[in-house]
Amino acid sequence: MAKIRRNDKREMPALNTSSLPDIIFMLLFFFMSVTSMKEVSYKVQFTNPQATELTKLEKKSLVRYIYVGTPTSEFRKQFGVETRIQLDDAFADKSEIGDYIINERSAMKESDQGLMTVSIKADKETRMGIIADIKQELRRAYALKISYAATQRTSF
Amino acid sequence: MADISFLLLIFFLVTTSMDVNQGLARRLPAPVPPDQKVEDTEINKRNLMVVKINSLNQLMVQGQLMDVRQLKEEAKKFILNANDDAYYPKLVEEDFGAPFGVVRYTRDHVISVQNDVDTRYQSYLDVQNELVAAYNELRDECARKYFHMPYSELDEDTQKRIQKIYPQKISEAEPKNYGGK
Repeated sequence: MAKIRRNDKREMPALNTSSLPDIIFMLLFFFMSVTSMKEVSYKVQFTNPQATELTKLEKKSLVRYIYVGTPTSEFRKQFGVETRIQLDDAFADKSEIGDYIINERSAMKESDQGLMTVSIKADKETRMGIIADIKQELRRAYALKISYAATQRTSF
Repeated sequence: MADISFLLLIFFLVTTSMDVNQGLARRLPAPVPPDQKVEDTEINKRNLMVVKINSLNQLMVQGQLMDVRQLKEEAKKFILNANDDAYYPKLVEEDFGAPFGVVRYTRDHVISVQNDVDTRYQSYLDVQNELVAAYNELRDECARKYFHMPYSELDEDTQKRIQKIYPQKISEAEPKNYGGK
């Protein structure tokens, strides 16, 4: 006969945590694979312009960046508020772009050299004069594949 | 074990930046050798669409003030010249092979973008974006017409063939400083 236990206190069983490492590992691998480390510390501040016809930059190793914007607050005392160019980790003059590109390109594998893309990350309020100067320098250095970094536009 | 992976997990969580690098891809023209004389290439006036942006970010297309929102449609009309108008580029017949057959297209059209030194980068990019969008839409329409699928899903070879019908010809002049500051 079935016994009906009423007064027995039912305790909640302890949660089985043996699969916890697996779950954490799964999350870990997810974040590891989507992570892209910041390339450099920005010395200029910029907001990307917006556009719709965007293409993704495929291979990270083939992309070099040129940052254009006003110096961040900590550098403002030293460099003023005029628009400046940043290459790698330092402020640069536009005349240094050519050398920089040629150096970077010669460090690449020979088969990759023709595929180098230069991404111009410029503030949307930048005047075109400086962008045109950069483009001329890039042309002279034969870095003809360029990409204007932009974010997806949602409304017009 | 779980502790170590937790630690790593938190590290990657903190350092992750999800933003993808994307942008408007363009190709610059090759530099002119210094010893070469710059020749003014004669372009028939009807084959040329002049887009000017001034220092106040106003747009002038073929001598008329225009909003950037209308630029795409205007550019498409210009590139296509569907009605064989005399003021749009000359149509040339050429055999592109199956399935296109003989297509009339504006082979020699050029869109010339001129901007001022003081033009805002965003305005410049807007114009570039609209022009690229015009080409992309035309190519997409062509792909849908002949292959019944979007342009982006075609293989590279077929895309190249469509590109031949709608060759991207955006020329950029050196920025001029008209009007001053």
